[in-house]
Amino acid sequence: MKVSSRTAQKAAKILIWASALLVIVILLAIVIFILIKGVPEISWQFLTEIPRNMGRDGGISSTIVGTLLVTAVAVIIATPFGVGTAFYLTEYTREGKVTRIIRFSAESLSGIPSIVYGLFGFIFFVMYLKLGWSILSGGLTLAVMILPTIIRTSEEAIRTVSYQYREVSFSLGGTKWQTITRAVFPSAIRGIAVGVILGIGRCVAETAAVILTAGSALRMPGSIFSPTRTMAEHFYILAREGISMEKAYGTAALLIILIFIINVVANMLVNRFVAKGR
Amino acid sequence: MKINKEKISGIVFLLIALSALSVLALITIFIFIKGVPIITKVGFFNFVFGMVWDPSHGAYGIFPMIIGSVSVTLGAAILGVPVAISCSIFLAEYAPAALSNIVRPAIQLLAAIPSVVYGFWGLLFVVPAIRNYLGGPGLSILAGSIILAIMILPTIISISEVSLLALPRQYKEGAYALGLTQWQTIRSVLLPAAKSGIVAAIILGIGRAIGETMAVIMVLGNAVAIPQSILDPARTLTTNIGIEMGYASGEHQQALFATGIVLLVIVMILNAFAQYVTRRK
Amino acid sequence: MLIRLMLRFKVKNMKIAIVICRPKRRICTAVSVVILILAVSLISACSNLNKSGIIVAGSTSVQPYAEVLAEEYMILHPDAMIDIQGGGSSAGIMAAQSGTSNLGMSSRILKDEEKSLWYVEIARDGLAVIMNPANPILNLTLDQVSDIYSAKISDWSQVGGTKAKIHIITREDGSGTRDAFVNLVMGESNITPRAIVQDSNGAVRQLVADDPNAIGYISLGLVDETVKALQLDGVAATRDNVMNGSYGLSRPFLFVALAEPMGQTKQFLDFVLSAQGQQILINEGLISPSEGTGK
Repeated sequence: MKVSSRTAQKAAKILIWASALLVIVILLAIVIFILIKGVPEISWQFLTEIPRNMGRDGGISSTIVGTLLVTAVAVIIATPFGVGTAFYLTEYTREGKVTRIIRFSAESLSGIPSIVYGLFGFIFFVMYLKLGWSILSGGLTLAVMILPTIIRTSEEAIRTVSYQYREVSFSLGGTKWQTITRAVFPSAIRGIAVGVILGIGRCVAETAAVILTAGSALRMPGSIFSPTRTMAEHFYILAREGISMEKAYGTAALLIILIFIINVVANMLVNRFVAKGR
Repeated sequence: MKINKEKISGIVFLLIALSALSVLALITIFIFIKGVPIITKVGFFNFVFGMVWDPSHGAYGIFPMIIGSVSVTLGAAILGVPVAISCSIFLAEYAPAALSNIVRPAIQLLAAIPSVVYGFWGLLFVVPAIRNYLGGPGLSILAGSIILAIMILPTIISISEVSLLALPRQYKEGAYALGLTQWQTIRSVLLPAAKSGIVAAIILGIGRAIGETMAVIMVLGNAVAIPQSILDPARTLTTNIGIEMGYASGEHQQALFATGIVLLVIVMILNAFAQYVTRRK
Repeated sequence: MLIRLMLRFKVKNMKIAIVICRPKRRICTAVSVVILILAVSLISACSNLNKSGIIVAGSTSVQPYAEVLAEEYMILHPDAMIDIQGGGSSAGIMAAQSGTSNLGMSSRILKDEEKSLWYVEIARDGLAVIMNPANPILNLTLDQVSDIYSAKISDWSQVGGTKAKIHIITREDGSGTRDAFVNLVMGESNITPRAIVQDSNGAVRQLVADDPNAIGYISLGLVDETVKALQLDGVAATRDNVMNGSYGLSRPFLFVALAEPMGQTKQFLDFVLSAQGQQILINEGLISPSEGTGK
C-alpha cells in the first residue's frame, strides 16, 4: 500500500491540526463550562462569608483561608528542606551510588499517589502525634508529599548550572557558601521555582490527602491547630452530596482561577528576578 | 572566621539534608512496616493474584484492582498518547507563532484544573453519554480512560514539545536539503531523534494516570469484581485505598498499606524503565 | 530526566553572566525564624486535642445533621467551637475510642466489640430503597431486594419491570448505612461484588436519579423529588410508617464517646437532645427517639 508522499503529507497535516483542535475543544468544554456556571456565583459575599446550612448558604471564605493556610504551611516547611537537601546533594557530596539511590528514591516517592500520603498523614500526624485534624496535620502531610518533587527539580536545576559559574567564583576567592548563595543559587532559581510552583499547584488541588488530615470543618480556622476545609474538598463534598450545585460551581471556578493566577504570577516573579540581576 | 562559617554552613546543609531524607525514609519504612505483615500472612501470591477483595470476610486479593488499574491506564494511554503527540508536533512544527501563543497557555490552563473537577465533569457528561449510547451503567473503564486521557494530555504535550524543540536545527535542515516533505521529516528524522524525551513524557503521563484517585473514584463505579468489558465498572489500586481508608483498622488497614507498597513498586519500575530509555540516547 | 529536559529548555533562554545578587541572609533569617516558630508550636501541640473546642467525627449520613445542629448551637453560644468531620461510622467509632474526637457519629448499632463505649441515640433515620422515577415498579418484597443485591435476580423483568439489566448501587464497606442495610435486608446473603460502590448518600441518589435502571439505598431524610422510594412489602417509606413500626428499615443515629461526656461536650449533647435540637432534626426529616416507638 504505497501512499504518495504528498497524500501522506496532506493527511498528516489534517490529523495534526485536528488533534490540536480536539484539545482546544476539550479545554473549552471543561473550563468554559465551569467558569460559565461558576463565575456568576462569585460575589463579595461569596468570598467573605463562611458557609452556612451545610454549605447551601453563605460563602466560602473559610475554605479560601483554609486552602491558603494549608498550602502556606506545606510550602514554608518543604521548600527550605527541599532546596537545602538539593544543595547538599550537589555541592557537598560526590556523585556515587548513594546519591544515585537517593535521586531514584526521590523520583519514585514523588510518584506515589497522594492517597498513600494521606493514609500516612492520618495515622502519623493526626493520630500518633495527636495533632488531630488540623491545618498543621494537613500542611505537614502535604509538605512531605511535595518534598521529593522539590528536591528533584531543585537538584536538576542546580546541576544544570554550568561549572564555569563555580570555577569563576572560586577563582575570585569565594568560599563555598558564597559560591552557593551568590553564583549558583541565582542561576538555578528558575528551575527551583518550577519545582516549588509545581508543589504549590499540587497542594491547592489536593483533596484525598487533605480530607483525612486537615479535616472538613466549615468554621473559619482559629489557629493552625484548627481543622479546616480546603476549596477542593468543599467542591468535592458539595458536588457529591448534591448539597448545592451553584456553590459547587462557584468554588470550582474560583479554584481554577486561583491556580491559574498562581502559575502566571510565579512565572512573572521568576522572570523579574532573573532580569533584575542582569 | 571564614573557615568557621564554612564549617557551619556545611553542617547546616548536612542537617537539613539528613532531616529531609529521614522523613522520606520514614514514609517508606512506615508503609513497609504496616504493609508487609499482611503480605506475609496472606501470602504474596494470594495477595497479588487473589481474585476476591472482601475485608469483612478476611479476603485480601488485589488482582481485580490490578486489572482495573492496568485497563484504565492502558485505555488512557491509547486514547491520550496519539492526541498528545500530534498536538506537540503541532506546537513544535505546524503552528504559526500567534496560534501557539494561544494554544500553549490553553494547555497550561488544562493542567490547572483540579482532579475533582475533572471527575465531576466526567460524571456530568461522559458517564451519561456512555450509558445512553453504549449501554451499561456508564460508570466504567471507558469513562475512566477518557477522563484520565484528558488529564494526562498537558503533561505529555509540554514535555514532548520541549523534546522536539530541543533538537538541533541541522536535523530539520538536513532533511529538507535532502528533499523530504515536512511530514516525512517529522516522521523519519525528528520523532526518532526526540524519542527518548517523548517516551519519558509518556511514562510520566502514565505514572500520573496510575496515581490518580479522586477523579477515578467518581467515574469508575468501584465495583470489586473483575471487569469483563470496558463498559463494566471497576476499581483501581488507588481508589481502593481511597474508598476504604477512612475507617479501616487492623488487618484491613495493613492490606491498604500493602496496596501502597505495590503502587510504590510499580512507580519504581516505571521510573527505572524511563531512566533506561533516556540513558540510551 | 524529563525534568532535566524541561529545565534545559528554560535555562537555555537565560543570558549567561555571573550574577552577584543581594545577600541571601535576610531571606534565610526570615525563613529560619518561621521554621522555629512552627517547631515550637509543633512541640507544644503534642498535647491533647484542641482544648477549647470539641470535635465530632464519623458517619457521613449523620454529618449534615450534626453540622446543622452545631451551627445552631454556635449561634446560641458564640464562644463554642464545634468541628464536624466525616469519615464513616466505623472511623467515627474508632476516633471516639482513641480520643481523636470528643464524640463519634454512627448510623448503625454498635458491634459487640464496640459495646464498651458510651452512646446515646439522637435520632432515628429510615432507610429508603430508591429507584429512578421512570421505573414503573412501585413495590418489592424484602426478599426480592435481597435477591437483587446478591445478584440472584439480575433483570428488571424478573420483578415486573421492563427487560433491562439492573444496575445495583451500594455504599462502601465501612459505611454505617451499608451495615444497617446488610443487617436489615441481606440477612445471610452477601452483596454481589459486581455492585457499584459510592461513598456518600448524595452520590447514590444522584446516580439513581440519572439512571433509569439503577437501584440504591439512602437515608429516608434525603429522598427528594429526583428519586422514588420503594414500598417494601406493601408498606410505604414514610416517617409515620417508620414511627409506628410498620416500615421495618430504620436505624439509629448514635453519638458515641469513650465515657460519659462532661463539660463542653455535655452541653452540646444536652442541646442536641433538647426539644429545640430535636425539632431541628425533625425538620430535616429525621425521627426523634421521643416520638413513636420505632425498633
